[in-house]
Amino acid sequence: MFAAFDNFPALLIWLPLAGGLISFFLKSEKASKLNALFFSVLTLAVLSVSLLYTDPKHYLLNQVSYVWLPNLGSSFGLILDGLTRLLCLLTAILFPLVFLMIPEGRYENANRFYGLMLLTQCGLLGVFMATDALVFYLFWELALIPVYFLSSIWGGEKRIRATFKFFIYTFLGSLFLLIGILYMYLKTSTGSFGLVAFYNAQLTLTEQYVVFFLFFIAFAIKMPIFPLHTWQPEAYEQAPTPVTMILSGVMVKMGLFGLLRWLLPLFPKAVQEFSLPIIVVIIFGVLYASVLALKQDNIKRLIAYSSIAHIGLMAAGAFTVKEVAMHGLTLQLFSHGINIVAFWMVADLIERQTGVSKISELGGIARKAPQLAIFFVIAAFANIALPLTNAFVGEFMIFNGLYQYNPWIAGAAGLSIILAAAYTLSLVKNTFFGEPAAAVASYKDIRPKESFVFATLTVLIFFVGIFPSPFFKLIYETVGLIVNRYVII
Amino acid sequence: MIQYVFLIPLLPLIGFLINGLFRNYLTKTVSGWIGTGVMLASFILSIALFNQVRQPGFQQHVIFYFDFIRAGGLYIPFSFNVDQLSVLFLLIITGIGTLIHLYSTAYMHEESNDHFARYFAYLNLFVFSMLLLVLGANYVIMFIGWEGVGLCSYLLIGFWFGNPEYTKAAKKAFVMNRIGDLGFLLAIFWMITQFDSVRYLEIFSKAPGAPVVVLTGITMLLFIGAMGKSAQIPLYTWLPDAMAGPTPVSALIHAATMVTAGIYMIARSNVLYNLAPVTENTVAIIGLATALLAATIALKQNDIKKVLAYSTVSQLGLMFLALGVGAYTAGVFHVMTHAFFKALLFLAAGSVIHAMHHEQDITQMGGLRKKLPITHVTFLIGCLAIAGIPPFAGFFSKDEILAAAHDRSPILYAFSIIASLMTSFYMFRLYFLTFGGSFRGSEKQFSHVHESPMAMTVPLMVLAVLSIAGGWIGIPEVFVHNAHWLSAFLEPVIPIFKPHHTPLSHQTELALMGAVVILILGMIVWAYRTFGKSNVSFSTPEGISKMMANKWYVDEAYDFLIVKPLNAISIWIEKMVETRWIDGLVNGVGKMVLFGSRQIRMLQSGQVGSYILVMVISILVILMYQLFWKS
Amino acid sequence: MDTPVIPVNYYIFLSAALFAIGLVGVLTRRNAIIIFMCIELMLNSVNVLLVAFSKMHHVAAFALDRSTAVGTEAQIFVFFIMVVAAAEVTVGLAIIVMLYRNIHSVDINFLNRLKH
Repeated sequence: MFAAFDNFPALLIWLPLAGGLISFFLKSEKASKLNALFFSVLTLAVLSVSLLYTDPKHYLLNQVSYVWLPNLGSSFGLILDGLTRLLCLLTAILFPLVFLMIPEGRYENANRFYGLMLLTQCGLLGVFMATDALVFYLFWELALIPVYFLSSIWGGEKRIRATFKFFIYTFLGSLFLLIGILYMYLKTSTGSFGLVAFYNAQLTLTEQYVVFFLFFIAFAIKMPIFPLHTWQPEAYEQAPTPVTMILSGVMVKMGLFGLLRWLLPLFPKAVQEFSLPIIVVIIFGVLYASVLALKQDNIKRLIAYSSIAHIGLMAAGAFTVKEVAMHGLTLQLFSHGINIVAFWMVADLIERQTGVSKISELGGIARKAPQLAIFFVIAAFANIALPLTNAFVGEFMIFNGLYQYNPWIAGAAGLSIILAAAYTLSLVKNTFFGEPAAAVASYKDIRPKESFVFATLTVLIFFVGIFPSPFFKLIYETVGLIVNRYVII
Repeated sequence: MIQYVFLIPLLPLIGFLINGLFRNYLTKTVSGWIGTGVMLASFILSIALFNQVRQPGFQQHVIFYFDFIRAGGLYIPFSFNVDQLSVLFLLIITGIGTLIHLYSTAYMHEESNDHFARYFAYLNLFVFSMLLLVLGANYVIMFIGWEGVGLCSYLLIGFWFGNPEYTKAAKKAFVMNRIGDLGFLLAIFWMITQFDSVRYLEIFSKAPGAPVVVLTGITMLLFIGAMGKSAQIPLYTWLPDAMAGPTPVSALIHAATMVTAGIYMIARSNVLYNLAPVTENTVAIIGLATALLAATIALKQNDIKKVLAYSTVSQLGLMFLALGVGAYTAGVFHVMTHAFFKALLFLAAGSVIHAMHHEQDITQMGGLRKKLPITHVTFLIGCLAIAGIPPFAGFFSKDEILAAAHDRSPILYAFSIIASLMTSFYMFRLYFLTFGGSFRGSEKQFSHVHESPMAMTVPLMVLAVLSIAGGWIGIPEVFVHNAHWLSAFLEPVIPIFKPHHTPLSHQTELALMGAVVILILGMIVWAYRTFGKSNVSFSTPEGISKMMANKWYVDEAYDFLIVKPLNAISIWIEKMVETRWIDGLVNGVGKMVLFGSRQIRMLQSGQVGSYILVMVISILVILMYQLFWKS
Repeated sequence: MDTPVIPVNYYIFLSAALFAIGLVGVLTRRNAIIIFMCIELMLNSVNVLLVAFSKMHHVAAFALDRSTAVGTEAQIFVFFIMVVAAAEVTVGLAIIVMLYRNIHSVDINFLNRLKH
């Protein structure tokens, strides 16, 4: 019936934007929460319907382009291909769940809070769908700015400092990105910002190297990659937890997505030239973050370092440009989003109830809250990539690609899975096991609403872990296109 | 029957789901029956499957279910492999599993309903993972099971999570296993690179064409995996600590099944190992060293479960010795008999612990033979079996290992005999201290000791029968011609052991066998003379004994060499690199800008005169430049 | 009819001297009014120079063509400058008067707080 309907991408942008703007005019917290839930679920629904229109032969289905700034050679181009669908799905699934988990009365001026969150969602979806560099840049910033306000208004004690650091870091990256985009624009034959025009731009080797680094720094800060990561633990610690969930679950994926959509296809020669040193640095960073996580006493910082390690693995996988690693990493984008958000949700519940986020002051929650404990153990084992959980499939393939790239690097990176087990299980042991500590004396188990969220996440964890085929079918074309650019060389 | 093989692992999974999801609503009876029932059903299915596989002319079956991973040139099907080896392990796992589930219904009865159900859920999940491990038709499925059993081991060791020591042991077990798992993973990647497949059939058919270096590397990495799971040097220290779990768990996971996964893996990959002699020798040496080291430690332990744990490590070492000398059948045979008698010993020990109200220290026991008649007899049978007294099960399998070792090298033979002698000594030390002599605890304690209920004694009796008769499926050539049924049965998977040297004459072999048995009997007598008396004195160990009692300080050494430095590095990075260097650099850039601007601000003094002066001087400079330098 | 002509050099020296005096005054004095007068002096030294050059130019052109008006524009321009300067002086003096009302001083060293 809707065979000719191809406006899904635009709908996906407008829905959260409209919801966000409406939210600012709502009075009560309840209404704004309902509004946020409504629009985020609607986005998910639209995306789900659009998934039904996946035609494997037609990966460019649902590509739209609107007149925007014709004299600049920029058009408002959006696309829903496999990679985009996967990331949009992640975004669309996580936002309603995050909204559900926000307790009432937690944040002052809730309408603005929800509004800014929805604007973030709009920015994120835009980043993933943009086929035009200028549009991409616009959404890249659009996703950043609401997060800045969210963190600096509703964040923790040291929020101003942390947010400022976060902003300066990412903004610096954005500037590099902008310079890179403008340079590429000048180099296109027709003077266009379109993705395809960028792909076809002719650059000399030196130009490619320089512009490669301009893009790379922007994405590296966003992911983040060692040694550009120091904004992250602070930002995660200080931002309000729902924002942290979005930051770590989806926003850091912007960097990896940037690698896949822009960096790798645009600069194949530079990638091949610099992949070895970059991978070595990244893997060093992975181990560095893993070792750091061992002795963290703050749950949030521990999760942050764990995330840096996992993201680093994905980034290293991307730079191998091995087919198997690329597939694995794309799936891992999705899996990591689910797992890390699951982690944050538990951390948030603990902190909300006990007012403590120091691991040494916690303990024995499993006695008081067995259901939460079960879920946390599942999330923990998903985090250390136990087989049949989602992360295993992706990490197995990434490691496989790394091994093909260089067995020694794969071996070194493999140490991180041991360290991951060590710090994750320490976290489980010290917070959930043992006899209840003073702080958790009156701990209450999860309520049905939270059970629902956790059950959803658990189902996702196991579904992807046991039966990843549908996801691979979804991304097959897009990943193939990226890898093909390297085969030709 | 083959088409129903998926039911064998599926049933325990269903049991896990029911017990896990409805643990708050099930009574102990119901969850116990569900847990045991699914196991029994699996066992019956396994027997049916075994009957089919047993038929002559049975061909190895690979049953495909779905594509697990099919992307980016990587193809990993989710498929099961049914052949003689996997069926044998199916029987061991489901058979002993059923008995231990039954035993647990009584042993764990003190737990509250939900914890009771949780226990059975974990146990069922373990069996599911273990079955996945042995049924998988490629290394990745094996790895899934491999990690799955590790997870269940973690959950069950830390079952009483209120005790920080127990959860620490659980974590240690998992992390040490992970070290091995990394080796396993790298081996898989190497196999993918070399053979472009993870499927057994394909790898084994392509293996002879691969360079020896590659095969050596792959098998070494696989062996590292086995080291972790099967507790070999240097990754064995988790197993004794794993005794923190409930005793039936120790029996099932840390004696009978999971720890033998490494042996299964190497036996399964015997094609690869046969092509890599260097690895084979390494396996043999490490196995033997582990057998000896663990045996020395077991001599001085006073915790009933710790003795059994080190005994397990030691026996596993013997199995690896068998694998290393190329006697894969002997290794698998010993896995089987060991599963019988070690499960029996653990369960009997559990019965003792149960009767003694969770007292595990053998210096507080003694004279329990009258109070616990069934436990006593079955424990004795277990001891005789493990010591290797004919015609008990352990004799045949151990003898086969010794014979194979003798064929390779007299040194291996001599050391393995020493290990067996120590085994018989510490086992009978344990036996006499527990059941012989007179009770060393308080009167009140003694009066409370009572024999365990039927649900616990029945599995003991069944296992006792198996410990007696289990070895008769592998009677050596010396006694009866062509009576080694097991070797014939496994022949399609594991080629029959080919001696390097001309086999010994039957007389010599019998004489050696007799000599070993006499030495073992001598050990038992020595143990009796030392520990069988009614008043045994326990002195604080000195010198070497102290080293042995303290496990050669290996744990302390690991702590000092690895754990502490790692933690120190972590703290140092946090304090120095993270905050001082990287953040310092970032903040330094900011400070530079601030500092620079402060300097430049000095120029803006607000003194009009100075502005004008600068202006005039600048104009003059420009003028001079224009007039004199420009041209 | 040989009227003695003052060479243009003299004018240049005069103008330079006036300019230098003005400049030194601006640099060294602190009284705003004197500085103001010195600025006027510098301005007028430029005017002198302008008129002198214009006359020189005109004389040269006049010798070739008696009907030419070349060089006279500058002298007209000087009038403009004087008018603008007068306007400027008005504004400047007004500011100084306002300052004096506020801080009872016309010493520029007291005026360095404009930057704050």
